[in-house]
Amino acid sequence: MDKSQSTGLLFEISHSGRRCHLLPECDVPTKTSSELLDKKYVSNAPTLLPEMAEIDIVRHYVNLSTKNMAIDCNFYPLGSCTMKYNPKRHERLGSIGGLSNVHPLQDDQTCQGMLEILWEMQNYLAEIAGLDGVSLQPAAGAQGELTALLVAAAYFRDKKEKRTKVLIPDSAHGTNPASAAIAGFDTITIKSNSRGRVDMEDLISKIDSQTAVFMITNPNTIGLFDEQIAQITELIHKAGGLVYLDGANMNAILGITRPGDFGADMMHYNVHKTFTGPHGAGGPGSGPIAVRKQLVPFLPAPLIAKTSQGFKLDYDRPKSIGRVRSFFGNVGILLRGYFYIRTLGPDGLKKVSENAVLNANYLLSLLKDSFDVPHGDRCMHEFVASARTLRKDKKISAMDIGKRLLDYGYHAPTVYFPLVVPEAMMMEPTETESKETLEHFAKTMIKIRDEDSDFLHTAPHTLDISRPDEVKAAKEPILRWKK
Amino acid sequence: MAYLLNTPDDKKEMLKSIGVSSIDDLFSTIPESVRLKRPLNVPEALTEIELTRHVERLANANISADGAVCYLGGGSYDHFIPAVVDTVSSRSEFYTAYTPYQAEASQGSLQAFYEFQTMISQLTAMDISNSSLYEAGSGLAEAILMAMSVTGRMGKVLVAESVHPEYRLSFTTYLANLEPSVETVACPSGKMCLEDLAGKLDETVSCVIVQHPNFFGNLEEVEEISKLVHSKGALFIVTYDPISLGVLKKPGEYDADIAVAEGQCLGNPMIYGGPYLGLLSCKEAFVRKIPGRLVGQTVDRNGKRCWVLTLQTREQHIRREKATSNICTNQGLFALRASVYLAALGPKGLTETAELCFRKANFLMDLLCKIPGVKPKFNQQFFKEFTIELPCAAQPVINALVKDRILAGLCQGRWFKEMANVMTIAVTEKRTRSELENYAALFGAAVKAVQGKQ
Repeated sequence: MDKSQSTGLLFEISHSGRRCHLLPECDVPTKTSSELLDKKYVSNAPTLLPEMAEIDIVRHYVNLSTKNMAIDCNFYPLGSCTMKYNPKRHERLGSIGGLSNVHPLQDDQTCQGMLEILWEMQNYLAEIAGLDGVSLQPAAGAQGELTALLVAAAYFRDKKEKRTKVLIPDSAHGTNPASAAIAGFDTITIKSNSRGRVDMEDLISKIDSQTAVFMITNPNTIGLFDEQIAQITELIHKAGGLVYLDGANMNAILGITRPGDFGADMMHYNVHKTFTGPHGAGGPGSGPIAVRKQLVPFLPAPLIAKTSQGFKLDYDRPKSIGRVRSFFGNVGILLRGYFYIRTLGPDGLKKVSENAVLNANYLLSLLKDSFDVPHGDRCMHEFVASARTLRKDKKISAMDIGKRLLDYGYHAPTVYFPLVVPEAMMMEPTETESKETLEHFAKTMIKIRDEDSDFLHTAPHTLDISRPDEVKAAKEPILRWKK
Repeated sequence: MAYLLNTPDDKKEMLKSIGVSSIDDLFSTIPESVRLKRPLNVPEALTEIELTRHVERLANANISADGAVCYLGGGSYDHFIPAVVDTVSSRSEFYTAYTPYQAEASQGSLQAFYEFQTMISQLTAMDISNSSLYEAGSGLAEAILMAMSVTGRMGKVLVAESVHPEYRLSFTTYLANLEPSVETVACPSGKMCLEDLAGKLDETVSCVIVQHPNFFGNLEEVEEISKLVHSKGALFIVTYDPISLGVLKKPGEYDADIAVAEGQCLGNPMIYGGPYLGLLSCKEAFVRKIPGRLVGQTVDRNGKRCWVLTLQTREQHIRREKATSNICTNQGLFALRASVYLAALGPKGLTETAELCFRKANFLMDLLCKIPGVKPKFNQQFFKEFTIELPCAAQPVINALVKDRILAGLCQGRWFKEMANVMTIAVTEKRTRSELENYAALFGAAVKAVQGKQ
């Protein structure tokens, strides 16, 4: 079906004189801006926005939307991204006027219902983490990492200790080192061993009196729980450092083990992953952090406190690092996380992780005889397969397989991450997929493996476009439409 | 159990295929010593009916712009949101999609972001824009990091005291462990003092940050500031109100280097502070220093026009500690909403919205200043937000109006100790003349009552 009538760029569809949103006549007698404002403030440049009728806008975007894959249409075994189902009740409840129309600077006594929800959420996240204090402020996981590292820096400054180094495994998400750099630390890379876990010898050789923080993702990005964790946290603590847990993989351990219990001192959540905020084609997310007692005074302000007069925003935090963003936090996503936790309860949360891990292991069992799985035949909530043999034997790459999956109506796995596995295909089915979906997906993977390699190099074949020229896009960047 | 699909029989078959006898066996790598031996201490599960009842009760405990009239501003505003914005953003294909790494499966969002980048550039008369940051406060932090990288200067960062206090605190926190310190330029008249700026500006300063209209609603001398800042080779970073650009000069017209804004006002609910979106635009020369996601146009293997995430070598997943920013997302869904909003308004709608805000704000200011003892705090020109001084403390007046279901404005004493009698009031195109007149009457009565108690 040809959609090109309505999916040209807005600026190409624009028709001079068309209107969509009409404004009421001005009902006050006040003079106009051109009469009242000093000329130096008034724009002389035309505003070049598109001119559209409502139906043009709707057709444009509805037709554009059909060019996307999305959870509501497709299975997304996208490793590390926890693409679980987004419950519809969350969308309805999140847009109740009494929540969505609360202004961020309202006085506390006018928004007690909102504060109660967020106070509860603070407590739930502390409990699930096994840690003492929570800041809901960070807007995303990466900002949570940065916030926690700033908290760590303030903590050491307060103790008058000069510690400059953050140790990060080579299998970590790229945000870890990038956050450490902004927080003013030097980053030291720690090797992973052949089992994807922290190379203890390398770690021990790099711990010293300058070690501020060790950042670990556990379960790690290979999908394995690092059973050396108690030993690792003990080593770091002995050296006077702090352990940071990248909470990207919390979906594997809800109610089973808690970061605080295995020695982490700080962590961030990705509420949009673990507690299912819709990903919105790239955001918004929400990245609250939980920390151990001695770090609580340094958390960003405000936190929510419960007092005899009700809930209040507590700004009286003299040791706080300050704030990392304007206003309270990504409340819309936090609300969805709250709805999710309330829907599942303690038993349901644990079952989430049990079923996420069961699904991942089942998928692994269906694929392990047909693809390389370098790190064994058990995993937590995700695993990393590799196309290295296929690449060698048939010149079929992880990218080829990912692109061909799109033809079959599946989103590609995460490819080429983690960096420590060649031709990586990282798969995370999540608990909201059925056995039949996993079986059908596995069959499709195996079918693709046996397809003609030239055919795979040019996949996908049934989507709107195929293999965009990314080199050209980066070499001669065209970042906006121009007349 | 909600959202779980595996039946007992499914589980049995799956475990058999895996080769273990129980789900617990799958967790054997987690040492016993660190296992949680009790259920999580969170409330028991609720059904959808129960949850809805519970959430509605809590929502009803709030006084919001839903049933009250909202004059609060300071970066978040009660503008009207056309239905078409909600219709588009509630398309599952947009809101349940992932970051568009797989371009072939994401052309809808990628094209929408490219259109967003274009519209924000058009709106600001700037060369290029990214596909959004979190919100304005951390957006300014990103702009400062960018300015440091562009100029290579690690000296002071200068910021007007009239910039939103939460924005200032946000970027000051970001810079806490980096070399530059943040220095404030005084605003005794409610806008940046040019003499103070000239005195503090030198060749080590990377950038100067000004908000226009500023936190008090006042207009800044952006053209003069721009010239002064450029004379010392620093970058001029402005944070603006997108709606104001329907009337006011656009950042590109006064040669701003980087323009940052809070995009909430473009079709997004206030929802207690987020999610919002940060807008960032800049000069073309800085393209490889931009933080965050960028969408670029290219062609596919058949020569068909299409869009991809581009210049990713700036980004953390490639460059790790050397990345331009640690940011890993844009605010995709809210960039989409802002795009639909701007398309729905068009150039005329934006100008009319801005004009309504401006005239109604001026109307209310005049009404309030007829109340004995109430006067403008500053004699400056403003756009949709203005600051007045009361003959009494402002907070009790604000509190008194709550029972009339009016969220009356911001008491500046919250941020500036000496301003306990000062408040800032925002007026959007939604307000009617009768609402404004009613507000002024109730306001006058409240001032009188508070004075009577003093």
